[in-house]
Amino acid sequence: MLDSLSARLTAIFDRLGGQGRLSEENIQEALREVRVALLEADVNFKVVRGFIDRVKVRAVGQDVLKSLTPAQQVVKVVHDELVELLGGSGHRLAPAAHPPTVVMLIGLQGSGKTTTAAKLARLYAKQGQHPILAAADTYRPAAQDQLKTLGAQLDVPVVDDGRTPVEICRAALESAAARGLTPLILDTAGRLHIDETMLDELKQIRAAVKPHHVLLVVDAMTGQDAVTVADRFNQAVGIDAVILTKMDGDSRGGAALSVRHVTGRPIAFVGMGEKTDALEPFHPDRLASRILGMGDIVSLVEKAQQNVDQAQAEEMVRKLREETFTLEDFRAQLKQVRALGPLDQVMGMLPFGKMLKGAPKELSGEQADLDRFEAIICSMTPGERRNPEVINGSRRQRIARGSGSSVQDVNRLLKQFAQLKKMMKQFKSMEGRLGKLKGLGGFPMPRG
Amino acid sequence: MSLFSGLKERLRDGLKRSQEYLATGLATVLEADRPIDDTLYEELEELLIAADLGAAIAADFTNRAREEVMFGTVTRADQLRPLFRRFLVDALKPAAQPLNLDARPSVLLMLGVNGAGKTTTAAKLAASLKGDGRQVLLAAADTFRAAAIEQLETWGTRIGVDVIRQAAGSDPAAVVFDAVKAALARRADVLVVDTAGRLHTKSNLMDELAKLRRVIERQCPGGPHESLMVLDAPTGQNGFAQAQMFHEAIGLSGVCLTKLDGTAKGGIVVRIVRELKLPIKLVGVGERVEDLKAFDADAFVDALVPADPAGGPRE
Ligand SMILES: Nc1nc2c(ncn2[C@@H]2O[C@H](COP(=O)(O)OP(=O)(O)O)[C@@H](O)[C@H]2O)c(=O)[nH]1
Ligand SMILES: [Mg+2]
Repeated sequence: MLDSLSARLTAIFDRLGGQGRLSEENIQEALREVRVALLEADVNFKVVRGFIDRVKVRAVGQDVLKSLTPAQQVVKVVHDELVELLGGSGHRLAPAAHPPTVVMLIGLQGSGKTTTAAKLARLYAKQGQHPILAAADTYRPAAQDQLKTLGAQLDVPVVDDGRTPVEICRAALESAAARGLTPLILDTAGRLHIDETMLDELKQIRAAVKPHHVLLVVDAMTGQDAVTVADRFNQAVGIDAVILTKMDGDSRGGAALSVRHVTGRPIAFVGMGEKTDALEPFHPDRLASRILGMGDIVSLVEKAQQNVDQAQAEEMVRKLREETFTLEDFRAQLKQVRALGPLDQVMGMLPFGKMLKGAPKELSGEQADLDRFEAIICSMTPGERRNPEVINGSRRQRIARGSGSSVQDVNRLLKQFAQLKKMMKQFKSMEGRLGKLKGLGGFPMPRG
Repeated sequence: MSLFSGLKERLRDGLKRSQEYLATGLATVLEADRPIDDTLYEELEELLIAADLGAAIAADFTNRAREEVMFGTVTRADQLRPLFRRFLVDALKPAAQPLNLDARPSVLLMLGVNGAGKTTTAAKLAASLKGDGRQVLLAAADTFRAAAIEQLETWGTRIGVDVIRQAAGSDPAAVVFDAVKAALARRADVLVVDTAGRLHTKSNLMDELAKLRRVIERQCPGGPHESLMVLDAPTGQNGFAQAQMFHEAIGLSGVCLTKLDGTAKGGIVVRIVRELKLPIKLVGVGERVEDLKAFDADAFVDALVPADPAGGPRE
């Protein structure tokens, strides 16, 4: 978290801060950090190379050099460029003119095809369609049982008649047509992208049932080899779109960019959990934030969920966002600091939080300070806590006496609270400028 | 015995097939008459990155190479190949360690993220140990994923090893309890426990794993004798977070690296070995029973940086 891209860029530009104008060379240094961030996110190095060149052109063309916040400016350019690359024309799983619509899932062993087949079936069923599944993985032990179990749970028929995968898919197509079911979703066996015999089998299935949508299922944790895998499957079988699985973990998911780049195919869905309802449409902006390590407000919520009760945590995040954070909340916050970790670290988890200058040092969790601050806030009237502006000189003296501290301590607290509020404002406006992270809904949450 | 034969050949096969993606570049990168300049260093760094070693380790190795050049120990581009091989072998040699099978029964816990190859590896391992004349039992403690129990049972039948199981959806701790009891009662040599896949970020599922560990410990002091994280070679930088968090949660004794028969090199293990000091106990090179090997640093490094360009995967 602390080494997130924005933090590192801030460090670079901070170092240069005193020198006044930034040079192209400075941008170069910043771009090296961007490169490392993308590599750490598992974007393929060749894709990174091209990406950095494009970002450089854009960054230099823009007013990064004149900007007061060059780090954010660079992050924004990178982020925008990522969104553009990840997005593009989205693939619609358009229904076929003559049903059944046939959807075929392919991919490496263990990428999550069977689970995804069931998730897709559920999604279609939810939309009032009547899907049917074909269990065409005759290789992995009990793969057909797995799909049949899931099908039974969802009340979706599963066809597994036939000796070979091609036979099974054909039988499933006939069955779908005869029973008026659509779409037909084909679950195929996992296979290596360099296994010619197994790739031939996919080609045979493709020729036999003519799927309308061939979807490549890719594990979000995949590293540099994602380009090879995607390219080979695309060359050999042809793919129309990609499904990214296991996005409920903490992988950055940079493989998506690699796959998008080498195949030119869009990402249609992301898998967010093991259960069959955990399939979501793909949001390029969310993934871009994630690749850059900007989605860390989510970690804050998650961390809070583990240590504090959820309602409270959400309330806190909401207040931080809406700038309705009062001294009262500050006090509640201080109480939770021990559970949540020092506030400066909490700030570090907010997107750009680290960039916000001058996080009060006293908030970094010194026990004595926390106790004193709490005592001071306790000595305030409810009105003062809600609206600290009314705290004048005499009130300060009263509060200091009441809490057994000095007026300086009270001043310090008030100053820091004002600073904190200012930081929140900056945070919000930055967030507004990037327009990101609106909904937390699609982010990973612990399994309940 | 079977664990020690043919790893090199299998890795070579995969490597040959992936030649145009990684290794062809290598031969040209390290041609003798090339000047040693920034472009060369950059290309070397990218070769390591392409194998998933990660930007930091790639930069570190490259900087060490620069130092050697500076001090004159290396003067030609083609000397960099052996140098990088040495860095890698030095980093990985300590990772080649055998399984700890001294106790009776030895309880081996297989764990990892979804789809990594736990069940297959558990089965292959059981088969290999049985082949060595040991009495082996399998425990089907993945009670969560649909038909995971059937998957292991199919393997059990295929390799002639009994599988201790309960109904789908039952408490994995109860399955493990039964299995250890059975292993003790039958005086089995080894119990291999297959667990449900779980992402390392899910604290409740990590707690469940810790509980399995405690159940084993209580019945069988000193156990589990191996807690092996199964990691597949295509995994990128997230593999480190996996190892770190599984290690924190239950204390790993090693890693099994699977799917090395593809084009992915599994370079993330270099970081896992370096920073977490975890050994690599097994590697998977295919879906057949015999496709499980002991880790061999030289063979692994051969696949990352082939020893000689002529013998390397160039056609
Ligand atoms: N090519 C290849 N496939 C493997 C290897 N190990 C496991 N698999 C396959 O990966 C898929 C997932 O394996 P499984 O054992 O079910 O993973 P689990 O979810 O971790 O238990 C299956 O199709 C296995 O056949 C390997 O070393 N090479
Ligand atoms: Mg399994």
